[in-house]
Amino acid sequence: MIKELTAVEIGKKIKAKELSAIELVEELNNLRLQNDSIVNAYTNFDIEKIRENAAAVQKKIDCGELNSVLAGVPIGIKDNICTEGELTTCASKILKGFTPPFDATSVKKLKQAGMIVAGKLNMDEFAMGSTSETSCYGAVKNPWNTNKVPGGSSGGAAAAVAAGEAVCTLGSDTGGSIRQPASYCGVTGFKPTYGMVSRYGLIAYASSLDQIGPVARDVRDCAAIMDVISGIDGKDSTSRNYSSSTSFLDSLTGNVEGKVIGVPEECFGDGVDADVKQSIEEMIKEIEKIGAKVKTIHLPFIRYAVPTYYIIATAEASSNLSRFDGVKYGFRSDNASSIDDLIIHSRSEGFGQEVRKRILLGTFVLSSGYYDAYYNKALKMKQMIVDGFEKAYKECDVIICPTAPMTAPEIGSSLEDKMKMYLSDIFTVSANLAGLPGLSVPCGFDKNNMPIGAQILGAAGEDRSVLNMGYAYQKISDYHTRRPGGIR
Amino acid sequence: MNKEWEMVIGLEVHVELSTKSKIFCSCTTEFGGEPNTHCCPVCMGMPGTLPVLNKKVLESAISAGLALNCEIEREPRFDRKNYFYPDLPKAYQISQLYKPIAHDGYVEILVNDNVKKIRIHEMHMEEDAGKLIHSDFDNETYPDYNRCGVPLLEIVSEPDFRSAEEVSAYLDKIRALFTYLEISDCKMQEGSMRADVNLSVRRKGEKTLGTRTEMKNINSIKAIERAIENEADRQVDLLLSGERVVQETRHWNDDKRFSYAMRSKENAQDYRYFPEPDIPPMIVTDEMVGDIRNNLPEFMEAKKERFMKQYGLSEYDAGLLVLNKKQAEFFEVVVSEGVEAKAIANWLIGYFSRSLRENNLEFEDLDISPVELSKLITYVEEGKVNRKEGLEILDNIIKGCGPEDVEKYIKDNDLFVSTDNSELEAEIDNVLSNNQKVVDEYKSGKEKVIGFLVGQVMKNGKGKFNPSNVKTIMEKKLKGEV
Repeated sequence: MIKELTAVEIGKKIKAKELSAIELVEELNNLRLQNDSIVNAYTNFDIEKIRENAAAVQKKIDCGELNSVLAGVPIGIKDNICTEGELTTCASKILKGFTPPFDATSVKKLKQAGMIVAGKLNMDEFAMGSTSETSCYGAVKNPWNTNKVPGGSSGGAAAAVAAGEAVCTLGSDTGGSIRQPASYCGVTGFKPTYGMVSRYGLIAYASSLDQIGPVARDVRDCAAIMDVISGIDGKDSTSRNYSSSTSFLDSLTGNVEGKVIGVPEECFGDGVDADVKQSIEEMIKEIEKIGAKVKTIHLPFIRYAVPTYYIIATAEASSNLSRFDGVKYGFRSDNASSIDDLIIHSRSEGFGQEVRKRILLGTFVLSSGYYDAYYNKALKMKQMIVDGFEKAYKECDVIICPTAPMTAPEIGSSLEDKMKMYLSDIFTVSANLAGLPGLSVPCGFDKNNMPIGAQILGAAGEDRSVLNMGYAYQKISDYHTRRPGGIR
Repeated sequence: MNKEWEMVIGLEVHVELSTKSKIFCSCTTEFGGEPNTHCCPVCMGMPGTLPVLNKKVLESAISAGLALNCEIEREPRFDRKNYFYPDLPKAYQISQLYKPIAHDGYVEILVNDNVKKIRIHEMHMEEDAGKLIHSDFDNETYPDYNRCGVPLLEIVSEPDFRSAEEVSAYLDKIRALFTYLEISDCKMQEGSMRADVNLSVRRKGEKTLGTRTEMKNINSIKAIERAIENEADRQVDLLLSGERVVQETRHWNDDKRFSYAMRSKENAQDYRYFPEPDIPPMIVTDEMVGDIRNNLPEFMEAKKERFMKQYGLSEYDAGLLVLNKKQAEFFEVVVSEGVEAKAIANWLIGYFSRSLRENNLEFEDLDISPVELSKLITYVEEGKVNRKEGLEILDNIIKGCGPEDVEKYIKDNDLFVSTDNSELEAEIDNVLSNNQKVVDEYKSGKEKVIGFLVGQVMKNGKGKFNPSNVKTIMEKKLKGEV
């Protein structure tokens, strides 16, 4: 039953006593048991603990102590977001057995709102990848076709929602890691403005680009989760207050009359699948029918976005991941006779290939003699992208383009052609570089019946406009309600 | 050192700030403590944690920058310095490279009666690392992260020093400035002030700099002086014998008085500095700098000048008084209680410092009421209480077991010098009659023995009598004048 309901609807039923949190987690667990041996969306699902939490939450609901919209609703958490006393490993061998002594601020807020943390979700190791194949727990499968990848790095979060194994989830997005898997799996994923959601407790990949956000069944669920997790946090100096008198959920009016949609010419050129192009163009036409205006715009800087992203992200990652040295927690190599050895062997054996590659790349671009040629230049480019978007938003309210140039590729194919995988981030990374909000909504299927996602981007702090545009579309479309058939 | 040569020295001084909490979390900065009890997920750099700057550190740094006559950076930033070491749990130190909080300053030092300007290249904020404890018991090394995240200022000078004396004068100066600002206690022994010495030598008159070596973490000013003399001689000897100086870090063993190479700088680490993305650039406003500037204390030199002028103290006395800000302030409070300046100055410079030294205490450790102390000094200086008894009371006060109410204590113990001569005379008579043999010796011309007789009276009087008064009256009695 819960497979057909959204988080907001479930919340309502709980409030109306038509459903209990306790039943919910059992049903969820059954769905997980049915599917997850194939999908592999979860890294950890401690059913005993989840039952306990559900009982405690239900008791509070019964006593009237909890009445938030999502009270009693289970939520899965990506494995790079800290959960107190529960395994948090970034799907990496190097964090084997690591249980943080604290909750991420976003997790703390979810718990305060009465949501039930239900399981940790698989991902690319340390969020480095676009396919969720680099996990130490094995690849995640796309529920629409288990020969295909679910996208990444929040592949577990998107696949779990698509397969009905999760009602909603928290993911993280550094270069498209929420939006692209949401697109590949036919679900809704939102990356908020940088600073809108506290990063405290998110194990950093690239600090200046990382942002936590929801992956869910529709835009309303994303908005309801944003109402819980957003806000300034004293523990994160980069968090900001984008105050508004209306909640995210209440700001969803579905009214987009007079809003100008910018359609960047650069995002519909060669390299974008014909099916993808066609679906997005049809979606734009549908929105036009309900009163929005459409304008062709130019984002000439977008072709520099991928190299800029990979320099900045790997540079920060090389530093952020240095703390995993085998000294304090996680994996420690047995093959060491000195402290230098211990660090070298623990890292060489503990990190997977893709992570090692990015650490090396980041170390290189920061090294003396190359800093100006790479890192400093990338910082300048980042500023140009910020300025470029600012200019673009003078002409339009939101931008709509494909989330990814194609639909989900076959498992294994990206590992053979890494450059192709990196380039597939082209439409998502610039939102991270500019710190902008981005939403991916399902807008069609390709000839192989794989989901296509459309990306709606907005100016910094205009998260509500972005979500409202997505909501308006979901009111007149049903792609977001479609679910894959039996999972084989 | 060989007279044809000169040494060229630049210093990097690390000063631990005495803020209550650490630079990026709320853990205590207290020295000591069981290993790993003064830390939290943030200062231990656990995955997912983020640093949040302690505003007090920024304020302290600005005041330090102003005291060092620096330009204050208006958009200072933190940068990451990356290197692997088990005492650095994040494997990077949050420091400042590109936009340090202060730069282009100077301090003036006095060496051999000449004022010399030492230029400050820059001063930056950073976090301290932990330390590794090696256990001989099980031959294992254990990290202690208590010191991780203790705020530090690093002051980088230009290579302006030409002698060990200049270096120690500079370190004294920085300690004076920072203790006056009350931002650090600058104790080298406890590691709250540490200096790295960069030293090269060249023939006098040469313009180019020689190859330098670096000596790190020497823990007293005397040891630094010895290390400098030794290193300069070592380099000159090397060059004179046709060898070359290797750029390297050397460790100074002060017990054995020699240094040895630790690691070569030629394959120096690449720290891969880049802007700290977890902390946005800070904004230092004119108002902020103005407020801090307006609240800077009167520094040592100014205070010394004023003490000489205002209280008529000698340069020597004033100089000693202002060495410690707390002491100088205490001096002024006691003077305001009506005690003569010269008297309290003598007490502080003499009795106080002796007693502190004997009891292994620092002026900061004292908890003394200036009002009570003023009474004590006044009684002693006016002869109402004998100096010996007065100093015993002072000693107890310094040890922390003195009376709360000095006047009451003196009264209760009958320590006021008696003004009633009949009581004194009776006691003298008593002593004289009990010591007939000594009296006879006196009368036979051995007048020195009067000291013994006076001593007896004083002893019996338990501080009640004034010794010179005792002597005068006793002399009169012995000579039969009364």
